[in-house]
Amino acid sequence: MDFNDTAEEAAYREKVRAWIAENTKEYEGQGAAKTNEEFVARQKSWQKKKYDAGYAGITWPKKFGGQGKGPMESIIFSQEEGKSAAPTGLYAIGLGMCIPTVFTHGSQEVVDRFVPVALEGEEIWCQLFSEPAAGSDLAGIRTKAEKDGDEWVINGQKVWTTNAHLCDYGIIVTRTDPSAPKHKGLTMFIVDMHSEGVEARPLKQMSGGSDFNEVFFDDVRVPDAWRLGDEGQGWQVALTTLMNERLAVGGKPRYSPDWRALLNLAKEIETVLGPASEQADVREEIAKAYINDHGVKLTQQRALSALSQGKTPGPEQSISKVVVAKQMQEISRIALDLSESQGFVKAEPGSELDRFQSSYFGAAGLRIAGGTDEILRNIIAERVLGLPGDLRPPKDTPFNELKPV
Amino acid sequence: MNFDFSDDARTLQDQARRVFDETAGPDAARAVMNDPDKHYDEAIWKQAVELGLTAIRVPEEHGGVGLGAEEACLIAEEIGRGLVPAPLISTMLFTEALLIAGSAEQQAKWLPGVADGSVIGCFGWGEGASQLPSSMPDTRMAKGGLTGTKSPVADAPIANAAVVSYAGEDGPALALVDLSRDDARVTVVETLDLVRPHGTIELKGVEAEPLGTSADYQDFLDRAAVLLSFEALGTQDAAMRMAVDYAKERVAFGQRIGRYQGVKHNAADMYVKGELARAHAMHGAWAFQAGSPELRQAAAAARTASLDAVTYTAEENVQMHGGIGYTWESNCQFYYRRARAISAMLGSRGFWSDRLVRSLENRNAEAA
Repeated sequence: MDFNDTAEEAAYREKVRAWIAENTKEYEGQGAAKTNEEFVARQKSWQKKKYDAGYAGITWPKKFGGQGKGPMESIIFSQEEGKSAAPTGLYAIGLGMCIPTVFTHGSQEVVDRFVPVALEGEEIWCQLFSEPAAGSDLAGIRTKAEKDGDEWVINGQKVWTTNAHLCDYGIIVTRTDPSAPKHKGLTMFIVDMHSEGVEARPLKQMSGGSDFNEVFFDDVRVPDAWRLGDEGQGWQVALTTLMNERLAVGGKPRYSPDWRALLNLAKEIETVLGPASEQADVREEIAKAYINDHGVKLTQQRALSALSQGKTPGPEQSISKVVVAKQMQEISRIALDLSESQGFVKAEPGSELDRFQSSYFGAAGLRIAGGTDEILRNIIAERVLGLPGDLRPPKDTPFNELKPV
Repeated sequence: MNFDFSDDARTLQDQARRVFDETAGPDAARAVMNDPDKHYDEAIWKQAVELGLTAIRVPEEHGGVGLGAEEACLIAEEIGRGLVPAPLISTMLFTEALLIAGSAEQQAKWLPGVADGSVIGCFGWGEGASQLPSSMPDTRMAKGGLTGTKSPVADAPIANAAVVSYAGEDGPALALVDLSRDDARVTVVETLDLVRPHGTIELKGVEAEPLGTSADYQDFLDRAAVLLSFEALGTQDAAMRMAVDYAKERVAFGQRIGRYQGVKHNAADMYVKGELARAHAMHGAWAFQAGSPELRQAAAAARTASLDAVTYTAEENVQMHGGIGYTWESNCQFYYRRARAISAMLGSRGFWSDRLVRSLENRNAEAA
C-alpha cells in the first residue's frame, strides 16, 4: 500500500503544477468579483487558457476536442488547480454534465456546433431538470414540449437551475407524450437561454443567498435538430447526465469547516471547567468529525487507487455525500452551540465563526441537492445491498392517469 | 496511488474465508457455547495452524512465514466474519507484543510454538471499572515477580502464555508470563460472550519478564487496535449480510420488509458505518505496515469507527429480525455478544475516541 503517485502520474503532476503556477499569477490576490460581468470574464479567461494549452476536456475523446486521457490525469489537474488561485466553478455543470450528454446523444451537426465553443469557454451551459413538483422523483416532470413542424414548443417551469442567469444554453428534459408511461414520455433538448419566452429569476434561498434560479418557459421554440436522443428516450439521456453528476458532485464544499476548525475553536473557548476542547462531549464530536471527514477522504482515495490501476471503483463511493452533508450540518451546529450567545450574533464576514454560520445554512441545502439523504440511502440499500425498491404504480400506467396511492 | 491490499494478501484472505465458511460461523460458535467442557473448537484451531494462520507474522528464523501487517489484518477480518471459536486473535496480539518488544531470546522461546500451533497466547490489561488501557495498572513487578489480577482475559483458560500490562517505571508496560507455572493461577470467568472463553489471571509474585518499554506498550496498543478493527469489520459485515438477507425474505403487510424505508435506511446506515470504518482500518493497516507516525491517529480512528459499525450493526440486526431475532435459537445473539467481546478486548469506544483527539491535537501542534 502507498499513497504516492506512480512515476507517470508524478511527471504529469509536475508538468501541470508548473503550468498552473505560471498561468494563474494574474488571479492571485484578487478579491471576490464585484459584478456578474467581472465574475464571468475571469472564469472565461481561465477556461480559454486551459483550452489553448490542452488542459480542457482532459478525459473527453479527441474527436470531441478533448485530450483522450484517463481519469487520473483529470483528477490530478483538478487537485492542482484547486490549490491555485484559478477562478473555477462556472463550467462545472456545463462541461461536467451537459456537454458530455450533448456529445453522447446529439447529432453530428449539434456536436460540431456546440461542443468546441463550450470547451473553449465561449458559451456557458446549465442543466434544466428539477421542477417544483419533481425533485427526487425527476421522471415526474411536467414541462411540456409539443411538436410544431420542424420545431418544438416548450411551456413550463424549472427550478434549482444553477447559474441560469449567466448561461447561454441549457439541456432540458420535457414531457412530449403525457399519455405514455411516466419514464417513456420524456424527450431532451438543447435550449437557447436567450430565446424569446425564457425567463430566469433568481431564487432566494433560506440562507439569504441566491445561487439558483427559477426558469420559466413560455412558448419557447427549439429546432428538432437540437433534440438529444430519440423522442421518448429522454429518461435514458437524462441518466447519462446524472451519471456524470455523480462524478461531479460528492465532495464537501471547499468553504466548509472540518474537524480542525472545530478543534481550534474548542481550544479557544474557556469554560468554567477549562478549555472546551478538554470536555468529553466536545472531544467526542471532534472524533466523530474526523471519522466522517477523513473517512470520506480515505474512501475517495480507495476509488482513486482503483482508477490509477485501471480498475472500476467499488460501490463504497456511494457513502460520500450522505456522510459529508450531515456532518457539515452537525459540526456547524456544535460550533455555534460552543460559541454560546456569540454564535447567534451575525459574525464578521470572512471570520471563522462566519464559516460555521454559513455552513450551517449551506448544509441544509446540501442534504437535499443532487440526491437527498433519503434517496441516497435508498440507492445504497437497493443498488449496493440488493434490497427491493418501493412499491410503485404499475410501470405501464399512462402518466396522465397516475394518481397518488 | 495504491491504497488497497496486495493480490497476494487477498489470495490468503480468500483461502481463510473458504476454510472458515465451511468450518466456522454461527453453528460452530453455538456448538462451543452449548458444550460446557469445550472452550474452543480444536479442529478449527488445527486447521488454521495447518493453513499457516498462526505463522503469518512469525519471522522465518522462528519457523514462520514473516508476512506483513496487510496479511494479518485480512486474516483478522476473516476470523471476525466467521465468529471463529478458536484463540487466533488472542494469539495474534501475543505475537505482536513479542515482535514489538520481545528480546531475541524471548522471541526464540515463544514464537516457534506460535507458528506450529503448540503455543496459545493471550493479552490481558483489564483490572476493573476504573482501569483504562493507558492508565497505570495496579499490577506491579518487584524482584522479577509480578503481583496483580488481570480480568477478564480472553482465552486465558486455554493459553500457555500471557502478555499483561503492569506498572512500569514511566508508564504502563508489558510483561510476559508463562501460564504453565504452578503459581500462575487462571480461573474461568463468565462474560457476556458465551463462545470465547475468558479468565482471571491471579499473580502473587509470579516470575515474569518485562517485555520492552512503556513506549513499546503504546505501539502495541496501536497495532492491536488495527488488528481488532479488522476483526470487527468481519463481524460487522457478516451481521449486515444476515440482516439484509432476512429483509429480502421476510414478508409483512403483503410485502418484503426490505421495501420499507424504515428498514432499508437502517441497512444503508450499516453499510455507511461499515465503509467508513473500513477506510480507517485500511489507513491503519497502511500505517502499521509502513511504520508511519500516523499510526497513532489511524489506529484510534479505526478502532473507534469499527466499534461504531459493529455495535450499530449487531444491535440493528436483532431489530430487523424482530421477535425471532430475540430468541436463543436465532444467530443474532452471536454478533450482539461478539461486539461486546471486541470492545472489551482493548478498551471501549470512549477511551479510543479520546486517544484519537489527543493524537490529532499533537499532530496539529507539530504542524503549527
